[in-house]
Amino acid sequence: MNAFGRFFKSLFLFELLRGMRLTGRYLIDKKITVIYPDEKTPQSNRFRGQHALRRYPNGEERCIACKLCEAVCPAMAITIESEEREDGSRRTTRYDIDLTKCIFCGYCEESCPVDSIVETRNFEYHGEKRGDLLMTKEKLLALGDKYEQEIAADRAEDAAFR
Amino acid sequence: MIEFISSWGMPADLETLIIILVKIIAILLPLLVAVAYYTFAERKILNYFHCRVGPLHVGPRGWLTPIADAIKMMFKEIIIPSDANRTLFLLSPILAFGPAIAAWAVIPFNDEWILADTNAALLYVLALTSFGVYGMILAGWASNSKYPFLGAMRSAAQVVSYELAMGFALVGVIMAAGSLNLSDIVNAQQGGFWMWFWLPLLPLFVIYFISGLAETNRPPFDLAEGESEIVAGYQVEYSGFGFGLFFMAEYANMILISMLAALMFLGGWLSPFEGIPQLEEWLGAPSTAWLLAKTAFFMLLFLWVRATFPRYRYDQLMRLGWKILIPITIAWLILLGGAIVAGLGPWFD
Repeated sequence: MNAFGRFFKSLFLFELLRGMRLTGRYLIDKKITVIYPDEKTPQSNRFRGQHALRRYPNGEERCIACKLCEAVCPAMAITIESEEREDGSRRTTRYDIDLTKCIFCGYCEESCPVDSIVETRNFEYHGEKRGDLLMTKEKLLALGDKYEQEIAADRAEDAAFR
Repeated sequence: MIEFISSWGMPADLETLIIILVKIIAILLPLLVAVAYYTFAERKILNYFHCRVGPLHVGPRGWLTPIADAIKMMFKEIIIPSDANRTLFLLSPILAFGPAIAAWAVIPFNDEWILADTNAALLYVLALTSFGVYGMILAGWASNSKYPFLGAMRSAAQVVSYELAMGFALVGVIMAAGSLNLSDIVNAQQGGFWMWFWLPLLPLFVIYFISGLAETNRPPFDLAEGESEIVAGYQVEYSGFGFGLFFMAEYANMILISMLAALMFLGGWLSPFEGIPQLEEWLGAPSTAWLLAKTAFFMLLFLWVRATFPRYRYDQLMRLGWKILIPITIAWLILLGGAIVAGLGPWFD
């Protein structure tokens, strides 16, 4: 009986018609497309996008060249060189992130003891030359200045869970 | 229009020629626009099936997309592989497109609008739709490349197999209508929705549509293209307008199959409300609009099927064609013959 039933089910296209009913429901369903440049999906405050180096409110850069981020970086995208500054504090002379290597895991941000290196929410960036995606210290600090308000707000919102 | 041309007072032969040319243009121009917008409709509707919105940036709400596609296609370089057979390579898109267009000569749009009112119309259509496969086979052969050759072999075997089932389905229509003339076939379906041939010929109707899918190489029978297996089958080496012609041939064939299905099984230009007392007065009149609406229904069905079913495996395709569709059609033809001899009402009395 079972084989008999299956035979008639397939002969009368029963399963196929059920499939078409299902897809037909989707035809008249609400469309879920986000028309990207005009509309954007909501973003988490933990979104990991392009990197930035932050400063303290008095303008002093936060990074103390501890090289924890360089050590933890699984893609080895970070290169740091440091020297003693005139006032005796240790500072970076070079802080490069190769964004073509970076996998945006966020470990650098998590390892940072002074919340210096952070990942901003910005994912809409591009490079037109090879070097454009090699972020130098100057570029990263400039990005930090540019996004400081957003970065600070995101960190404040997330502080309770850290 | 015809009176206007007659008023020029030309020799009778020339006048006939010009009238025929005008009629050809009157069929071809809307057809090509329909082909262009069918591609657009396909993209839009397939997107709707996926809960997406489809192309909407070229022109208002995307309505100029097919125009942009056509312009892009025309200006692309036509690349001919160095070892290809040049003549056949360039000829085969035309061989695919020509029959797809030529078959429209015998399609009646209502009682009067028809280019060539021949008595062997159905035979002619059947011949031309199967002739289109020569374009594919030659394209696959002339490309001198592996995937196109595989695609050509597949489409040859596939079209031959499904041609039989389709031919038998049409034999049922011919038996029921008693004519090969498409106008006569439509007029044999007079009397409203339940008198159309879809009901007495239901299995043949379904089989006709299934083999129509196979005939036009549409999913789920698109083994000749088979993107996931043989890239694009016979079209692999084609670029620019050669590819464009194959593309247009496919869509013209789909519209043709849809319109034939509407003519043969859904009463063509006859109104579904014929014979219903209240509605007959203002919806009962036969009209080309009914034919176009029915055609549009089948065209939607083509896309619906594509959105729903995965591609058949090659042996499944052959099994379906030879072991299921053909036996069912033959069995139904015997039943149908009995019904016609017995004068089974209300269709055959």
